[in-house]
Amino acid sequence: MISTNEINETLRMIDHEKLDVRTITMGISLLDCVSSDPEKLARNIYDRVTRKAGQLVRVGQEIDREFGVPIVNKRVSVTPIALVSGAVNDVLPTAYALDRAARETGVDFIGGYSALVQKGMTGADRRLIESLPQALSETEKLCASVNVASTRAGIDMDAVRLMGEAIVKTAERSGGIGCAKLVVFANAVEDNPFMAGAFHGPGEGDTAINVGVSGPGVVKSALEKVKGQPFDVVAETIKRTAFRVTRVGQLVAMEASRRLGVPFGIVDLSLAPTPAMGDSVAHILEEMGVEQCGGHGTTAALALLNDAVKKGGVMASSHVGGLSGAFIPVSEDIGMIEAAAAGALSLDKLEAMTCVCSVGLDMIAIPGDTPSSTIAAIIADEAAIGMINNKTTAVRIIPAPGKDVGDEVEFGGLLGRAPVMPVHRTSCERFIERGGRIPAPLNSLKN
Amino acid sequence: MQPEKKAVVTVLGLDRKGIIARVSGVLYENGINILDISQTVLSGYFNMAMIVDVSEATCGFDVLDDAFKALGAEMGLQIRIQRSEIFEAMHQV
Repeated sequence: MISTNEINETLRMIDHEKLDVRTITMGISLLDCVSSDPEKLARNIYDRVTRKAGQLVRVGQEIDREFGVPIVNKRVSVTPIALVSGAVNDVLPTAYALDRAARETGVDFIGGYSALVQKGMTGADRRLIESLPQALSETEKLCASVNVASTRAGIDMDAVRLMGEAIVKTAERSGGIGCAKLVVFANAVEDNPFMAGAFHGPGEGDTAINVGVSGPGVVKSALEKVKGQPFDVVAETIKRTAFRVTRVGQLVAMEASRRLGVPFGIVDLSLAPTPAMGDSVAHILEEMGVEQCGGHGTTAALALLNDAVKKGGVMASSHVGGLSGAFIPVSEDIGMIEAAAAGALSLDKLEAMTCVCSVGLDMIAIPGDTPSSTIAAIIADEAAIGMINNKTTAVRIIPAPGKDVGDEVEFGGLLGRAPVMPVHRTSCERFIERGGRIPAPLNSLKN
Repeated sequence: MQPEKKAVVTVLGLDRKGIIARVSGVLYENGINILDISQTVLSGYFNMAMIVDVSEATCGFDVLDDAFKALGAEMGLQIRIQRSEIFEAMHQV
């Protein structure tokens, strides 16, 4: 029998520590939508998404109500569009079709306007990348991602250069906000439920339910009870908390899978912050003893957190996947925003932190006049970290039009606000002009 | 007889007359059996948890949720009904 204390503890986590399920994401394969007629392709995609995900929002709301756990977002991810648009010259109608399907089904975001180009680009990949500025500025719910590197394939530096240019153009066309819906990956995963990088990989089945959990507030609050104690205790406390949070994710995932008649995919064991007070990953690091996020000790604290979250969560779910770890998006985390605004957190420190966190440089505003070659070089650095360390890394960076260091960009909602951070002003042009491929590292040769 | 399907009703707020009566009333009207009650009053603050069996409920969860929200608003209390699996998942291996 459940005890009153356990009931009260659960209610406290939900009411005061912002425990929630960040997202139920339905992955939908579009491989059978292929057509050489752009309008037909768009119609097939719209029909398939609205048919498969028609009940997703209703079921999410039902589970939210019955279990009393907020399910913040309901999302859809689809097969990377470049894989299904090879036979058409104009890929934009698919972007509009996905956005319309998202509005029709009521989901918060739809991801998968994507290309996987780690080793080379097909014509369809190139057309998709070139369409990003227009697609992202003329749609509302569409999210895009491009995988430019992997441990197995190395880094496609031609794609890196194109992505630097695409980010600059997207910022110009959309006033910056379009870049919040665009991720450049290394080692992208096929079952990620989190946006903007979610897509339904080609190795996936017809459909899948993937759930992303959250709960930085719960971890912070648990650590407040072990002040001054050694790191062994800190790690154990995080593990225990992550276990509980993940069990909620597993329960919601199984329930959603059953009610929708869609196979359960994975639970993503992530700590995903929001801009709300008490929902910050940075504040967990500060609770561990770093005066402000970005100071010396931050990387070690984050490494412990990331590892303990996985160790605690992995026992609580039958299938773990996605990005699984602690996210460090600057604009979506009040502690990160404060640290960046105070000058305590730099882009260089964030890059170091991405070696040990779940993904990469995320939701960072930079001056609007940053050259595309500099952005491409930032992507290359981040991709190199992913490639060498055999982990997913990513860049979601926003050149803020007309703004400079000291200004702030407001994105609203879960995307938050970001102080514009300085980038190095030394030229990267000759480095990026070279193009070609950075070969896969020695540690890719595992067979 | 259907298998037991449990839910947890929690009530939080300032103590006043008739809380248990009114909450039980809503449960009775909708065919729900109370299995266990735990209640404490600390410095005038009322905290109750009920385990109930909803397997023979005559209405859906949404109706119960609305009924308790309305009752909570009327009595100045926070009243919730949640499926018990959420508590079991978090606290039992």
